[in-house]
Amino acid sequence: MATVTTDDPTPETLLPLPPATLHILLAVADVDRHGYAIIQEVAARTGGEVRLSAGTLYRSIQRMVELDLIEETDQRPAAGDDDERRRYYRITPFGRDVACAEVERLQSLVNLARTCGLAPRRV
Amino acid sequence: MWAYRLLLHLYPAPLRDAHGDELVALLRHDLAQASGPRRVWIVLAAIVDAVKNAFLAHVEMTGHDVADTWRTARRSPGYAWGVVLVTALGVGAATASFSLADHVLVRPLPFAEPDRLVKLWQDQSSRGYSRMELSPANYDDWKRQSRSFTSMASFSTQSVNVITASGPQRLSGAVVNASLFDTLGVGAAMGRTLLADDDRDAATPVAVLSDHLWRASFGASPDVLGTTLSLSGTAYVVVGVMPPGFEYPTRTVDLWMPLRVTPADYADRTNVYLQVVARLAPGVTIEQARADLGAVAAGLARAYPKENDRTGATVIWLRDEVTRQSRTMLLALVGASAAVLLIACANLASLLLARAVARQRELAVRLAMGARPRRLARQVLTESVTLSTFGGAAGAALAIWIVPVAAALVPTTLPIAEAPAADLRMLGLALLAAIGTGVGFGLVPAWRVARTPTGGELRHGARVFGARSTERLRGLFVAGEVAVAMVLLVTVGLFLKALWQVRDIEPGFEPAGVLTVRTTLPLPKYETVASREQFYRRVMDDIRALPGVERVAYTSFLPMVMGGGIWPVLDGRTTVPEDARFASVRFVTPGYFEAMRIPQVRGRDVADTDRQDTQAVAVVSRSFADLYWPNEDPLGRSFTIALQPRVVVGVVGDVKVRGLERVSEPQVYMPATQMRDGGLVFYVPQDLVVRVATAPATLVPAVRAAVQKADPEQPMSDVRLMTDVVDRQTASRSTQVSALLAFAGVAVVLAFLGIHSLLAYVVAARTQEIGVRMALGATRTGVLALVWKRSAQLTLAGAVVGLGAAWAASRSFQALLAGISAADVTTYGVAAALAVSIGFAGSLVPAWRAMRVDPVAAMRDE
Repeated sequence: MATVTTDDPTPETLLPLPPATLHILLAVADVDRHGYAIIQEVAARTGGEVRLSAGTLYRSIQRMVELDLIEETDQRPAAGDDDERRRYYRITPFGRDVACAEVERLQSLVNLARTCGLAPRRV
Repeated sequence: MWAYRLLLHLYPAPLRDAHGDELVALLRHDLAQASGPRRVWIVLAAIVDAVKNAFLAHVEMTGHDVADTWRTARRSPGYAWGVVLVTALGVGAATASFSLADHVLVRPLPFAEPDRLVKLWQDQSSRGYSRMELSPANYDDWKRQSRSFTSMASFSTQSVNVITASGPQRLSGAVVNASLFDTLGVGAAMGRTLLADDDRDAATPVAVLSDHLWRASFGASPDVLGTTLSLSGTAYVVVGVMPPGFEYPTRTVDLWMPLRVTPADYADRTNVYLQVVARLAPGVTIEQARADLGAVAAGLARAYPKENDRTGATVIWLRDEVTRQSRTMLLALVGASAAVLLIACANLASLLLARAVARQRELAVRLAMGARPRRLARQVLTESVTLSTFGGAAGAALAIWIVPVAAALVPTTLPIAEAPAADLRMLGLALLAAIGTGVGFGLVPAWRVARTPTGGELRHGARVFGARSTERLRGLFVAGEVAVAMVLLVTVGLFLKALWQVRDIEPGFEPAGVLTVRTTLPLPKYETVASREQFYRRVMDDIRALPGVERVAYTSFLPMVMGGGIWPVLDGRTTVPEDARFASVRFVTPGYFEAMRIPQVRGRDVADTDRQDTQAVAVVSRSFADLYWPNEDPLGRSFTIALQPRVVVGVVGDVKVRGLERVSEPQVYMPATQMRDGGLVFYVPQDLVVRVATAPATLVPAVRAAVQKADPEQPMSDVRLMTDVVDRQTASRSTQVSALLAFAGVAVVLAFLGIHSLLAYVVAARTQEIGVRMALGATRTGVLALVWKRSAQLTLAGAVVGLGAAWAASRSFQALLAGISAADVTTYGVAAALAVSIGFAGSLVPAWRAMRVDPVAAMRDE
């Protein structure tokens, strides 16, 4: 019997995540968003420091869908707010696991830096 | 905006299909919100963004697919290994032999404008020699009277003795016109080449060193210029060093010296020893040059009817200085490797088709789960390209390993390196062939996947594309493989038989147990017969005293090592046609025939009692006696050869002087003691022949010591066993047969794999049908017959086509078969039997599996 998909990866095999991927995961963590909304959200959350280009965004989205980190959703907002051409994305449970694993990885890195006196102490 | 849409085509299709509209909408949105120069900035940024991300997307996707291929390969290693192995064999064999053929037949010679360089020979086809050297007088006339060349140079090889720190040494030199270097368009790497003034008798003797001699004997020291070398007793001043890779006229040439022609040499137009190379004038074709030189030669034939009668001119490209045999052998090899490549491709196609059928369920499931057809197609394509790239890399490694092994096929007559190095072009070729194969045969299944409509195919048993038509196509491929394998089997069979045939040719002497070395005596030190006598006697007396030594003798040249040395026979029977009145001339010391075990048929050997003041005598070969005195006693008869009348005192067996596969002139042997001082120096005995009862090779140090004792300045060179001399005659044939055998072996394995995998596939695909048949009463024997019938169909179809093709192919190399018929029944029979065996062997496992099909289980699966 042929296997349907490739061997399922675990969250750890995908780490470290490219920064764009983590930002997108964070942007769709609480609410489904379309591409442009993701760009705006990321910019807003980082105080304008991170501006995803359109190419980076959709290249990341394409790969994240393939890796099952996010998925396209059929649920759309109220008719007035919607543009039919837009696709909306939501985080998958696996995507959530991956995001958590990445944050944990970063956290331990920060902790490590702190013990070496390389990171500012929490104020 | 349309331009931006066009730019989006840089993205992989799945990404573009999924997000193209949104990318356009985003750009439109950004532009709507900006004005003035900011809009230009946005457009530029969008272009850079698209190019960068398209590239990254391709890299990521390919990386993902390659990783996927790796996982798939680990799940079905048989298929992956199959593709890699088949590609490696095909690409490796083809690349190796193509680069060898390219090296010998195609690549330009390492000279300036090599396509204008020609070799000139005297044409005496009526006597069987279309490529004869020139006499100095004829060369001068050709050079002066011809109009087709910008320059012309003559040369001859001449080895010299030199004393080095490690003892006396023999160097292989060339005496050349100064114009040789200009003609070839190659200058010195250091110092200068020869000048026209160096050719004059009064000039200081000078020499130009080869790069390898300069490095090996002078430690690549720049101080070598101006130093004096004692070459065979004459002082030469070193004036230059040639660049590495300049190997003309022979591959082993160590140094070049000026060619000096004595008035006596000029006087005799039959004294031919000069080779000639020339550069065509711009715009002159080789045909025009032939007509021009032909007219010159015709004029000389009229002016000197005695010497130049029926002597024309041969003009050939320097590039074509390859014997027809070498050329045909290489082409046969190229043909064989092309055949292997063909089989490999057919096998690959068959493997990939089977793979596509086997995966259709998996692909259908993935389509149904939302995978995009073009994405899957890309993945399938990546898989075949990745595997065949691996195969290509392995093939390149294989080629790098094969090329030096096959280098024995590079003819020695070409001024090119012996073994072509594995270069970048070759690797590029291998890689291209591999990726081409992957794309070519990966494309069909990929394209079919891309066209698969989604949904519906999940129904059990549904087929994305026709298994039956695929099976027919694969059957065609497999029959083709058998056919090509047949051609190779017949070819190798014929060449093997030819090799045996040639090996069976009697050389006329007994090579086993004979050690030979060369001691070329320098002039004028050894100009007199008496001085040579003394040297020979000292050397031979010492060697004769060694344990195990049976016979020792000297001769001018060993048979097969030097085929020339031919003189016209005068005063012989007038009934013998003039064109046949030639004999090969050798001067020998007593005991030569016994040392070589050339049978003494009548009369006596040459003897120590044959002196300058006694009757000049000769021992002739049987064919010589039969030609001039048929049915008569040849003893006591006289004839003139090599400027002297001689009386026949003995008759010996004939020897294949010119080699196993060539016609040799009758032979005349004369006593070394009856040479004239300073005369016929070309024939001064130099090859020592020692017959021993023990292993001949163990004698070399003792022989060297004997030579050293006789003359501490005399070098010894060309140490070889007579068996090696004879083996060399078939060396290129052996190499070719080995190469063909390897190719045929690969072809047989590939054909076997092809039959096996097809039948295994058929049996697996028809398990249910077989189960039903068995349930309906078919016996196991019947099922076996079913599989074997299919196997027999494929094999026989392939064998019949293959036999025809083999016959057509073998007629093209009939000339190489040493008399074996291109339609040799035994060879064809054996090849056909082998093909049937391949079919049978390939069907064994599938047949066994078919017989073990459990009808109940098979139908339950359904």
